[in-house]
Amino acid sequence: MDKPINQKAWFLVLPVLLLVAFSAVIPLMTVVNYSVQDTFGNNEFFWAGTAWFEEMLRSPRFHQALARNLIFSAIILVIQIPLGIVVALSMPRKGVGVSICLVLMALPLLIPWNVVGTIWQVFGRVDIGLLGHTLEALGIDYNYVRDPLDAWFTIIIMDVWHWTSLVALLCYAGLVSIPEAYYQAARIDGASRWAVFRYIQLPKMNRVLLIAVLLRFMDSFMIYTEPFVVTGGGPGNSTTVLSIDLVKLAVGQFDLGPAAAMSIIYFLIVLLLSWVFYTVMTNYERGGQ
Amino acid sequence: MARIDLRNLAHAYGPNPQGPSGYALKPLNHTWEDGGAYALLGPSGCGKTTLLNIISGLITPSHGQVVFDGVDVTSMPTEARNIAQVFQFPVIYDTMTVYDNLAFPLRNRRVPEPAVDARVREIATMLEMTDVLDKRARGLTADAKQKISLGRGLVRSDVAAILFDEPLTVIDPQLKWQLRSQLKQLHKKSGYTMVYVTHDQTEALTFADKVVVMLEGEVVQMGTPAELFERPAHTFVGYFIGSPGMNVFAADVDGTVATVDGTPIRLPRAYGKAQADRKVELGIRPEFVRVARGEGLPVTIRKVEDVGSYKIARLTFGNREIAAVAPEGTEFPADGAGAIFDPAHLNVYVDGHLVDGAPAREA
Repeated sequence: MDKPINQKAWFLVLPVLLLVAFSAVIPLMTVVNYSVQDTFGNNEFFWAGTAWFEEMLRSPRFHQALARNLIFSAIILVIQIPLGIVVALSMPRKGVGVSICLVLMALPLLIPWNVVGTIWQVFGRVDIGLLGHTLEALGIDYNYVRDPLDAWFTIIIMDVWHWTSLVALLCYAGLVSIPEAYYQAARIDGASRWAVFRYIQLPKMNRVLLIAVLLRFMDSFMIYTEPFVVTGGGPGNSTTVLSIDLVKLAVGQFDLGPAAAMSIIYFLIVLLLSWVFYTVMTNYERGGQ
Repeated sequence: MARIDLRNLAHAYGPNPQGPSGYALKPLNHTWEDGGAYALLGPSGCGKTTLLNIISGLITPSHGQVVFDGVDVTSMPTEARNIAQVFQFPVIYDTMTVYDNLAFPLRNRRVPEPAVDARVREIATMLEMTDVLDKRARGLTADAKQKISLGRGLVRSDVAAILFDEPLTVIDPQLKWQLRSQLKQLHKKSGYTMVYVTHDQTEALTFADKVVVMLEGEVVQMGTPAELFERPAHTFVGYFIGSPGMNVFAADVDGTVATVDGTPIRLPRAYGKAQADRKVELGIRPEFVRVARGEGLPVTIRKVEDVGSYKIARLTFGNREIAAVAPEGTEFPADGAGAIFDPAHLNVYVDGHLVDGAPAREA
């Protein structure tokens, strides 16, 4: 209670408040503004209330895109997190191999996203692509332009190729911070390889895994560029995820109101799910105490 | 419990060691008797930890054999050796409770659960940790964590030996005394062979029946604390053990007379004339140097330190420094002081190693 109260301190946080206002709050508010109005062009707006939100939440198109997003993120997490851990565990700890490995692993992360999409678009083509043509030559019916399953397969493999190394690098950073004495003690205690992983390596990777899961979830849930370049959301609507649908709605059909409402719902879903992941994982770390 | 023999053991970290300096551990033969309490004492980097890790099997020696009770275990992995080792920094399994931590070495060896429970509770009682058994280990203090590490070392009843690698480094000084005496008691009770690595002489001398002093990958002396104090086999042992350390200075020795800067000092035993290229030194503990007026080596008293229970006089003789320990209350002469050495405790060293003289004929 005896803390001195000094209102001048507000001036010190003012720059940050302004920056956040201009970079995040104001753009978000314009979106909120669009989401509650309707327009027929000529810059004339009419109050629409929560109509767009209700329409969006009832729209089967939105539900389908959301379901595609959830399935995509789930598959990505289920593949990339264990794979990243396995890759990190098998990376060398010392010698020249370390730098070679790190550079090779970092390469996919350095490639611009639409270039990644282009690479796989060409790679998977049945007529000239190495992957597509090889599969066809082997007698496997593969065509990501025609078959939705093949399209999903291509996008998932592409994302795994693009982002698993991020998970692996994060896990590797966690692994190398474990002192040698832990491994020595485990040998003295007669621990099996699995016990070493379960009781030493995994607990030490806990923090970085939390970051990896959050990053990979958010990124995969908001994915746009790569599937857009490879499949354009097709065949049909089979790879049309929320972000691609949103662009179609806002830029293609110029339905500003519904698009704005969809953006806000999309944003809230990402926020909510990230919060759930964070809470669950930090609780697990604390052992539910 | 076992007797451990090291036969012609040596270790080099690099592939082709060039000369003695290429070895982290120089060739040595050594026996740890069954049930003995040993301390491995030496400065940092002298090969103590290497030797310990060779015994536990974390390192495979490049030369020689490690033998437990007559069985060659040199190529056996750590898990198969029945060795417990406690490290310098606490190693605990974060996600487990204290109980599970202590039970871990037993469960890995498929000990039946009732036996695990009995043993864990016994060790927890000894370490005074019964009230935290159900707590998760990660939230504990460094002291408690190291007690868990100790406990995991002690929990197995079948171990051949328990190795301690500076285990009390992170422990509070007060608790250190307590844990050290607990370890000592435990040794008496259990009869395990224990090897305790430290660079702290007090720790070594209070814990061990026998102290092994190492220097630059070599065992320079092994003996009881008293032997190390009275007859250091190497000048290094002389000033590493004891506070202040032994006085060592160059001298010419011929027969029963040593000459230091032209001043003769009588020796208790007769020594041959050393070869010209050898370094001959005289060593005497500060406890056996007496300061008197007008007798002995003429010295100047540079300063007197009063450490409470005794006094340390820092003397200079020519450009040599000599320390002398005197009981509390001793008055030192202001001028004309001389240092008198107790002849029975004068040791002669050639190239750092103690030499035994022949009994002097007219002693």
